[in-house]
Amino acid sequence: MNSAARAAPRVGVHEIFLVFLEIGATSFGGGVVAYLRDALVRRKQWLDDAEFLELTSISNALPGLNSTNMAILSGDRLGGTAGAVGAMLGMCLPAFVLMTAAGIAYSSHAERHNVDAALRGVAAAATGLLAATWYQIGKKSMKGFYDALFVIAAILGVNYFKLSVPVVLIAVGALAIFTYRPRKTVEQPEDSEAWIKSLH
Amino acid sequence: MDQIPALTRVFAYLSLLTIGGGMAAYPEMRTLVVDVHHWLTEEQLVHVYGVGQMSPGPNMMMVAQIGELVAGIAGAVVVALAFFLPTGVLTFAVGRIWRRLAHWPWRDAIQKGLAPVAIGMAVAGLIAFGKTAVVNWITFGVALATFYAVVRTKVNPALLMLGGAVVGLIALR
Repeated sequence: MNSAARAAPRVGVHEIFLVFLEIGATSFGGGVVAYLRDALVRRKQWLDDAEFLELTSISNALPGLNSTNMAILSGDRLGGTAGAVGAMLGMCLPAFVLMTAAGIAYSSHAERHNVDAALRGVAAAATGLLAATWYQIGKKSMKGFYDALFVIAAILGVNYFKLSVPVVLIAVGALAIFTYRPRKTVEQPEDSEAWIKSLH
Repeated sequence: MDQIPALTRVFAYLSLLTIGGGMAAYPEMRTLVVDVHHWLTEEQLVHVYGVGQMSPGPNMMMVAQIGELVAGIAGAVVVALAFFLPTGVLTFAVGRIWRRLAHWPWRDAIQKGLAPVAIGMAVAGLIAFGKTAVVNWITFGVALATFYAVVRTKVNPALLMLGGAVVGLIALR
């Protein structure tokens, strides 16, 4: 019984690998998920939007990067285990070659002064890029009082109380999941603030 | 070469902390890479991380750079495998059983709960990162301009990273 054998058409490993290799080599500037949607849903029509959305929600709830999680999940959906491996390899190979080359270049001491100067600018720009990325995700997915509370708890735990990442992740994660725990009688509150008011 | 076992352990462990993306693991990465193992200085780590943002594909493949710097090409291969394989196998397994979990009441709780936690962990990582990357008015200006350009325009962020490099070459010597 293979979950990949359902509605979506099965695609050859070779073809899966090539599509993900193309995405892995051209998705400059982050936002790999947008490139994936463009290729898998719009151009190839291997997945429909609902299926793609389902895969992104799985990939968000698991450790690992969105880009590689999505490669594995959609590769499996399209071509089973071999499809998942092919998609993952295609996604990762170009970046691996580039980053290893960058490491070699970085350790050569020629032009050290210029390279460091340029990289100071790149690191500053990366700060702005990552801040913008998370600002946009936050604006889209943050709902109500409790979400804000968990965000603040994570930030304070790591940056102010200097707790280690796994400690904060497990503590705040458990608290957040418990807060949204399944309830039998009461419907899941759509708007946490309204829900709190209703308690008074 | 004698660093290979330590590289494997550290990056396999770090990969499990990347809830919602690589930034969540940054503070722990800094502790292990800079303070514990002295593989890179904090400034080098931030540089390498910044270069990763210019790469196509998974931006956290910048870990291969760290592997290369510590133990050559073998180090790059080992670190990439350690960082991407464990979570890859986990994702594959959970992807297979996810549909069977459709009526498991906690599934929704996990998704709703982890969304804000992932944002919080990423912002926490970003604050730690920014403390090293944004150190004066010029770097602050570059970060702010990039933020504004990403939020307000459709320009490819990779070009903004190159812009940062140009500003750095001119003004951050």
